[in-house]
Amino acid sequence: MSVHVSHKEPLLRIAKRASIPAWKAWLIRILSVVLALLLSGAFIYAITGLNPVEVYKAMAQGAFGSERRSWVTIRDAMMLLCIGIGLAPAFKMRFWNIGAEGQILVGGCATAGFMIYFGGKLPTPVLLLLMAAVSLIAGAVWGIVPAIFKARWGTNETLFTLMMNYVAIQITSYCVALWENPVGSNTVGVINQKTKAGWFPELFGQDYGLNVLIVAVLTVGMFLYLRYTKQGYEIAVVGESENTARYAGIKLSKVFIRTMAISGAICGLAGFIAVAGASHTISTSTAGGRGFTAIIVAWLAKFNTFVMVLISFLLVFLQKGAVQIATQFKLNDFASEVITGIILFCIIGSEFFIQYRLIFRGRKEAGKA
Amino acid sequence: MRGITKTFGPIVANHKVDLEIRRGEILSLLGENGSGKTTLMNMLSGIYFPDEGEILVGGQSVAIRSPKDAFDLKIGMIHQHFKLVDVLTAAENIVLGLREPGGLNLKAAAARIREICGRYGFQVDPEQKVYDMSVSQKQTVEIVKVLYRGADILILDEPTAVLTPQETEKLFDVLRNMKADGKAVVIITHKLHEVMEISDRVAVLRKGEYIGDVATSETSPQALTDMMVGRAVSLNIERPLVETRNLRLEVKDLSVRTAEGVLALDNVTFQAYGGEILGVAGISGSGQKELLEAIAGLQSALPGAHIIYHPPAPDEPVAGRHVPVDRAGEELVGKDPLQIRRIGVSMAFVPEDRLGMGLVGSMGMPDNMMLKSYRAGHGPLADRRPSRALAQKVKEELEVVTPSLSTPVRRLSGGNVQKVLVGRELASSPTLLMTAYAVRGLDINTSYTIYRLLNEQKKQGAAVIFVGEDLDVLLELCDRILVLCAGHVNGVVDARTATKEEVGLLMTRLKKEGEQA
Amino acid sequence: MTQFIALFQAAIVFGTVILYGALGEILTEKSGNLNLGVPGIMYLGGIAGLAGAFFYELSTPNPVPALCLIISFVCAFAAAAAGGLIYSFLTITLRANQNVTGLTLTIFGGGVANFFGGALNTMAGGVGQISVAATSAVYRVSIPGLSGIPVAGPLVFSYGFMVYLAIAVAVVMLMFLGRTRVGLNLRAVGENPATADAAGIPVTRYKYLATCVGAGISGLGGLYYTMDYVKGTWASEGTIEALGWLAVALVIFAVWKSVHAIWGAYLFGFLTWLYFYIPGLSRSSQELFKVIPYVVTIVVLVVMSTRKKRENQPPAHLGLPYFREER
Repeated sequence: MSVHVSHKEPLLRIAKRASIPAWKAWLIRILSVVLALLLSGAFIYAITGLNPVEVYKAMAQGAFGSERRSWVTIRDAMMLLCIGIGLAPAFKMRFWNIGAEGQILVGGCATAGFMIYFGGKLPTPVLLLLMAAVSLIAGAVWGIVPAIFKARWGTNETLFTLMMNYVAIQITSYCVALWENPVGSNTVGVINQKTKAGWFPELFGQDYGLNVLIVAVLTVGMFLYLRYTKQGYEIAVVGESENTARYAGIKLSKVFIRTMAISGAICGLAGFIAVAGASHTISTSTAGGRGFTAIIVAWLAKFNTFVMVLISFLLVFLQKGAVQIATQFKLNDFASEVITGIILFCIIGSEFFIQYRLIFRGRKEAGKA
Repeated sequence: MRGITKTFGPIVANHKVDLEIRRGEILSLLGENGSGKTTLMNMLSGIYFPDEGEILVGGQSVAIRSPKDAFDLKIGMIHQHFKLVDVLTAAENIVLGLREPGGLNLKAAAARIREICGRYGFQVDPEQKVYDMSVSQKQTVEIVKVLYRGADILILDEPTAVLTPQETEKLFDVLRNMKADGKAVVIITHKLHEVMEISDRVAVLRKGEYIGDVATSETSPQALTDMMVGRAVSLNIERPLVETRNLRLEVKDLSVRTAEGVLALDNVTFQAYGGEILGVAGISGSGQKELLEAIAGLQSALPGAHIIYHPPAPDEPVAGRHVPVDRAGEELVGKDPLQIRRIGVSMAFVPEDRLGMGLVGSMGMPDNMMLKSYRAGHGPLADRRPSRALAQKVKEELEVVTPSLSTPVRRLSGGNVQKVLVGRELASSPTLLMTAYAVRGLDINTSYTIYRLLNEQKKQGAAVIFVGEDLDVLLELCDRILVLCAGHVNGVVDARTATKEEVGLLMTRLKKEGEQA
Repeated sequence: MTQFIALFQAAIVFGTVILYGALGEILTEKSGNLNLGVPGIMYLGGIAGLAGAFFYELSTPNPVPALCLIISFVCAFAAAAAGGLIYSFLTITLRANQNVTGLTLTIFGGGVANFFGGALNTMAGGVGQISVAATSAVYRVSIPGLSGIPVAGPLVFSYGFMVYLAIAVAVVMLMFLGRTRVGLNLRAVGENPATADAAGIPVTRYKYLATCVGAGISGLGGLYYTMDYVKGTWASEGTIEALGWLAVALVIFAVWKSVHAIWGAYLFGFLTWLYFYIPGLSRSSQELFKVIPYVVTIVVLVVMSTRKKRENQPPAHLGLPYFREER
């Protein structure tokens, strides 16, 4: 038998880093975003032959070119952030809540329903409070159901919450068909367009002031909740090891259900903000994939809500920019998803260089940073 | 192997090790836990790659980059944790990864397996699924797997740790047959009597460094111990006698079925007293884990069981540790850990799986200190001040080596992890203290620190239940030893008078129906 | 009767799309990779197949059917496998989280497909204008002669070759996983990579190959969707995404066994189209009817988790990374 063993040591080996200074970690992350922008630039250039710098300039125009555009960018970033905040406790608990999409939709449906049936019958502040409450409840229910099964039988929550999305989408389709306006359009149209009943009022002279206020409160609140409360501590323990949690006398089922109720409720509230504070209508695209994007926001920020603010803005900036270049250079909007994908791939990949170092043959240690 | 060095982050597992393995010889690789034996052998079998040094096989320098390279060099390793796929059959596991000519032919493979078994006197059913097998059956499959591949160099990592003495004897016979066949056999162990019995030559590692090798016939257990630990250590463990012993825990007819449906404990009955250390002996997997977890409220007992906790009387030294209640005995069956704590039972539990159960690996010392006490105080906020103070205290008193208090405990060495865990558990001033394999993987000094701490608790009147694996330690440390065998209590002996053979026999002999304990 | 035949046919056609998606994912998951990028991968397969056919048909006045077929098929498989390669590189080599990577792949694949789909439509003259009639026709040729048999003809023999290919892939996969050396090794990788590694199986290569080939097969679902289901057109409606998630659901429904996926896929198709053939349903209640496949999957998921049968569990190491020197 011949023996095929070479006499060299391997070209490249990988070893886990013991620790890394925070500035290095951030440098790697920033480098990855730069790399992503270069890759996206190459993509744009390959497709259109346009100067990528011009394109990026146009993107900045699209996101912040006017006061109106800036506010829309802020509004959408707040929306994404809100969902990310909702997902943070669930993911910190290592509960794969892929179901934000559905939780947003049921929250949105509940909101829209109250807007339609009680618009004009109740004063707007009361109506708004009522709508917020039902959206919280609807989202919480959508979050609790998979949690109960996970707690009782260990049912895989990734797949369960995923399926719950589609149940929610069909319920939304049902509601859209029910509330169709005008008949035959297959849309609900802008609800209470004349009366603006149940719409967010202007705050600080801005249409979206209330959106910002609500999400800012949630950002700070969730940060404090996870870091300083007993429940936040329980979530961290459960996320690290279920056995340790049981050992510490933590009731897993209670924490699962409670945390998913919170997670679902905040996502439901995001649906409320989307309907009452932004689009004033409901459709199956009200969530628009943001439930999935927000998972990545929460994950990459390591559940730190302030880091989430940055990531949300980055992603929304890209989307708005891409829409702008699409119109300006006659491409289509989906370019934004391509660029988002490239950037996320790069950021996800960069985590590797933060956690591991590379050792090349003949060298004692080398690494990306 | 020449000048082999391997590091894991800041930890040096092997430092400039030279080792020679000869055909037709059984070599024992001796060393304490954590001395780098397994790491060294993993570099031969392609699991790790050395940072420095060179490996020569048959005089040729080679690079073993993967297990496949090792197989090509006819090196086969039987790991301590079996590398078998549960849902596959024995035959499927054995042919796994092979690149024989032709398609997959399990029938032919089964025939060859039976042939190998016949030659060495093994018993393997090629069709049996691994998840249906006993530990020793799984080990047999592992050995057949290596032989099936035509290995000339066999490495066995602590093969006897999970076997009964009878099974060990059988294994040793097989190893001798292999030696007669001209194969080189390396057996990793820290059990001296086995070294003396089976091997021709002994190589000793200490703290990752190669100390030397000697022919077995020219050495003695005492000399080997000296090589292993570096200095002659008194094996005497302190055993104070506490005069007043009061009943603390009564376990009656405790049966536990695991989630997999296995009856792990069968009608276990015993008592534990304050002021004594009750040892629990048994080969691994005899129900030790389930016993402690049932008492701690982590495993549910089958109907009919009673676990009665007796609070200390007012005149006992530990009385102040108990939140006074009126009742004479507290039933613990059916209560979860929190409820047990709420009725005033001060129970400390050092579980076997330190980072997977006792501690939160990603958190620093202070956050780990509050694992059981974070609920203290009113309001939704967790008060971190007491836990920070406690962490500082534990660090100083037990000499925990850590870069800073906030360093995740996962990054600490095994001994320091255990100190953090034990420190927290003892800080709760327990009246009942349970430890599972408290010194596993620890160096001699830390082990003695743990023994001292346990004895202190005992002197203060706590009831200590010490689940151990090293019979010498059990016999020297404990007052009484309860012997478990396959979920049964096979006997409770006085550790001051019992012999090792006596306990060993109880560990392995299944009680027959109607026989007296 | 005609109603029933129509429903049956609709179920088969619908089922075939998700069957490809599920079969590819089964292969991927057997290697221990939980790839939630199936929708994105099906998108990639769909658009690449369409684009390949479109440019071929554009380049020649008389497209050769065989070439139409080969070009679109190869394009679809390759593009989808490339998606699998991105996923593999990130999760296996760079050890990124599988769920996050998969979801990103879904966003990316959907973006790429709809971006180029839109571009192709523009090139073809406007929204919904793209058409690859010649290629689509090749995919929809039914078996001559046999399809003419009454009842059995339309029920069993009236479909394009992709329907039968899917069944063949499922059967071959069963044989591959159960009866071959490579299949056995692959199962070991998904169950216990450390063991497989110790046995000398190149774990990384197996994971890469299973994930990329699996993605290629999933991508054929997208190809079948564009060529047969929507007859060689493109619309950015997100239907493929919904089908992709249904394929992920089907993997669970079939308890990771490729042959169970066959009837599971048709059952899903049947349940999805049932509302269409029940008279008297209002449009809103039709929408509620479409919820059935998802509810059924949830029920299967719950039932599976309550009965812990060894043979019906997912691969033991599914979703977890493997790093040999991790300690």
